[in-house]
This record gives sequence, structure tokens and C-alpha cells, in this order.
Amino acid sequence: MRVFALPSMNLRFVPVWRRNLLVWRKLAIPSILGNLADPLIYVLGLGYGLGSMLPEVGGVPYIAFLAAGMVCSSTMNSATFESMYSAFSRMHVQRTWDAIMYAPVDLDDVVLAELAWAASKSVLSGGAILAVVWLLGLSSSLLSLWVIALLPLIGLTFGALALAVTAMARSYDFFMYYFTLVITPMNLVCGVFFPVEQLPAAFQAIAAFLPLTHAVAIARPLLLGHIPSDIVFHVLVLLAYAAAGFYAAAILFRKRLLK
Amino acid sequence: MAVLEAHNLRKSYGGEEVVAGVSFGIQAGECFGLLGPNGAGKTTTLRLCLGLTAPGGGSIELMQRPVPGEARPARARVGVVPQMDNLDPDFTVSENLLVYGRYFGLTERAIRERIPELLEFAGLTARAASQIQALSGGMKRRLTLARALINDPDLIFMDEPTTGLDPQARHLIWERLKQLLARGKTIVLTTHFMEEAERLCARLAIMDRGRFITEGSPRELILRHIEPHVVEVHGDGVMDWTDREAGKLASRLEKSGDTVFCYAADPAPLLASLSRLQDLRYLHRPANLEDVFLKLTGRELRD
Repeated sequence: MRVFALPSMNLRFVPVWRRNLLVWRKLAIPSILGNLADPLIYVLGLGYGLGSMLPEVGGVPYIAFLAAGMVCSSTMNSATFESMYSAFSRMHVQRTWDAIMYAPVDLDDVVLAELAWAASKSVLSGGAILAVVWLLGLSSSLLSLWVIALLPLIGLTFGALALAVTAMARSYDFFMYYFTLVITPMNLVCGVFFPVEQLPAAFQAIAAFLPLTHAVAIARPLLLGHIPSDIVFHVLVLLAYAAAGFYAAAILFRKRLLK
Repeated sequence: MAVLEAHNLRKSYGGEEVVAGVSFGIQAGECFGLLGPNGAGKTTTLRLCLGLTAPGGGSIELMQRPVPGEARPARARVGVVPQMDNLDPDFTVSENLLVYGRYFGLTERAIRERIPELLEFAGLTARAASQIQALSGGMKRRLTLARALINDPDLIFMDEPTTGLDPQARHLIWERLKQLLARGKTIVLTTHFMEEAERLCARLAIMDRGRFITEGSPRELILRHIEPHVVEVHGDGVMDWTDREAGKLASRLEKSGDTVFCYAADPAPLLASLSRLQDLRYLHRPANLEDVFLKLTGRELRD
């Protein structure tokens, strides 16, 4: 088995993706509501509560500032959660992947399907928050429609990174490290709740390397009605993280499952 | 026509050879049994044949295609019933079949047409809309078998298909496997139930420590390796009796706990000796595959 070969990209992933879709469809409403509740509480609680004590942030009311951060952050969380807990259940607990691989479907196809599924589900979560943002009148620019195109990219980026973590996980406990050491700090230093410029220089330098910073840097101007600067650069950073995460995941899953 | 051929197959994990130079060929329409204690290398051999892991050495052809190179297209003609049930717990019985058929690239229509026939074969017609959690162990096994048949495979791998089932469920699975053989399917079966192997397999190999230690039909193996009669003796004083008399009357003795297995071509002298003793209980029976298995792989536990 060529462990370090580039992952094969093939439409054989589609039936596996459809399997996950069919499971999700059975629980769609509670799943969307569940995904919506947490970020909604943040937007409303912090946005109106904390926001009422704050002057404008970055030239806009705090809740309008926070909206872009929450869209990106909940998309990231959703993709991460799906790629870790749910994918791990299918791979390790239910042995669903084993069953799929008796059919003419390869491990690479399964991994691609998991990535595509995590991205799809995160688009639903991020899209739900985006809809709330529009309904609350926090963004009225037509430019904000472009955020819909950004969501799958955020989903692919964080889905791929989390799959690489899943490939190394021995149990669910392992995922707590990733959430505590990677996801939570990113939520704090990448401009979700406050501008990156508020951080000490050293943290700003770290934030510049983190993918969530680049997602927020695209989403926030779009929601506030301007064209983001350096958009190509930000997109390339996200694509690079997605590609590196997916390649690492493919290698690690092959080492784990095809040994 | 060979549907599966392996030549000098090897596989090591961490310096330990789990499959240590195994060769075999399986012809279309036969039922080949792979027997062995736990850890003998049976499941690894199956995984190698399916191209789910790369061999350390040797070559495999599955459905006339080299494996692992062309394992994926080869698997399109193959069905697998794994040792552990891995049905989709989120789906109903028929959804399990539908979703599985899609993995083979079958059209929605082709799968839906096939499902009733498979459910009937598995005796699950009335359970089409049941959740997996509501099925008994035997039903799950039959559904796993039906799932393995969704692509109408020529060759079916079955890894311990009746482990953990009650006798009724086991007999039903055997019945279905015989039907599949009658339809011309090829079956490769791993098991450690000797009775299962004797009933189903025209040819079998006993595997231990990564090697095939013998190969042939169940009858041939019994004739080749073991005396035709067995007398199992236990009770107070069995060891005295063994030392005093059995050693002279049986051609071979095996002790296991407080039971003595006496193997003999002619059991009459043994039985005559036992009939004079009140305290000893005994069972006289023809030798079977299990005797061969235990003789060749030993009586100590394997975990």
C-alpha cells in the first residue's frame, strides 16, 4: 500500500456521503436546532448583553461585529465535531467503514466522503447562523451572500484538520485535547469575539498563522458590506490548510486501517 | 476455473509472522474451509485476499485480478460476511441493503428490485422496516448475509458466520449456505466449529501459527491423521486404569483435565476392559474433525 501516495479523488465517495445524509435526514430538525442553539446564545447573549456596555467595535455595533465571528466559528465547530466524534463512531465503534471497504470502495474514497460530509453539515450550521444574522438585520449588504460560498471552504479546512486528529485517536477522550488546545484558543485569538489588533504583538503573530483568522478576515468585511482585502491570500491559506489536513488524514488513516 | 489463488503469502506485524508462506487455490463452486485456533492467521489471510492490507510477500489473484493492485474491481464480484456484525444501526433492515447496494454502483432501481428477494432468502420479509437494534443475533447474521449478496457475488467470504448463534439460528445459516452452493456460488469459510466445517466444506485447511498444517476433505483428514475410534473416559480412578490397562489397549492416549481420550483402530478391548469397572464412565464415538484439529494444534488455550 502506498502510504504516502496522494489521496485519490473519485466520485466513488458519493454513495458514502449519501449514507451519512440519509442518517442525518432522520434527525434533521433536532440536529439543526441543536447546532443553532449554541451560537445563537452567544450572538444574542454577548451581542446584546456585552454589546450594550461597549462602544462601537471596528466602527460598527458589537453585535454586528460579532456576527461574522460566530458564522465562522460555528461552521468550524460543526465541521470539527462531525469529523471527530461522528467519523470516529463510524470508523471505530460501529465499524461502518470496514463494511464499506468490503465493497469496491477504497479507504481514500471513505475519507473523502467523510470530509465532504463534514463540510456539507457545517454549511448547514453556518448557513443557519447566517440566516439568523440576516433576520436580525445585522447584515443588509448583498455582498454578504458571498459568505455562502465561503462556508464550504471553512468546512473543508476544519473538517480536514479534524480528520487527521481522528486518525490518531484511540478513544473519544482524545478529542478533548484538540478542542481545549486548538479550537478554543483559536476562537479566542482569531478575531471571533474581538479584533486581532487588541492582542499583544506576539499573539497577533500567532493568529496570523491560524486558519480561523483568515476565515474571519473574509467573512467580516463581506457581512459589513465591503470587499475584503487580500482575499486571494486568505483563500489560499484556507486551501493550504485543507489540502495539508486531508493529505495528513489520508496517510494516517492508511497507516491505521490498512496495516 | 480458479476464483482465488494465493501463492506463498506472507504478512508480519512487529516482527512476528502472522501469515507465514501460505499457498492455496479455490475453484469456482466449491466451499473451502479455513480452520484454526484464535490467532492462527485466518482473518489476516482473508484481509489479504480482499486487498485490505498489503502482503509482506507472495501474490494473490482474486477473480483473475492481481491483489492488492486491482482489489477494488475484484471486490465488485465478491461478498463478505465479517466476524463482527457491522450493520448500520441508524437504518432499517431494508435501508441497510439499499445503502450497501449503492457502494457497488448499482442503480437505485436495481437495488430496490433485489431487496424483496434478499429479504425472503434471509427470512426477514416481515422485518423489512425494523430497526437493527430490534433484531436478534441470528436475524442480524442473516441480514449481514443478505447484505453480502446485494451485488450477486460469485465468491463469498464468511468469517466465522455462526459464532455466537443458537443452534436454530446456526442450522438456518447452514441451510442458506447450502442453497448458495447449489446455485453455484463459491464460499470461503473460516470457522472453529468443526461440525460446521464437516457439514459444509468439500475441502479444508487447518491453519496454525500462520501456516497451513494440513489440507484435504474432512474424510481424508480424519483417515490421514487419526485412528477411527475414540473412547473418552472419566471418573474416579481413571488415571490408574490408564496407567494399568489403557496404555496397552489404545494406540494413542491424550489426557485433558481428568478425561482420557483413547484412540484406537479396534475399540473392543478397551470397551471390554471398561465394562468390568463400575467407577469409570465412558463415551465411545467415531473420530471426527475435532480430534484431528486438537491433535494437530494441541489442547492448550489460545487467546
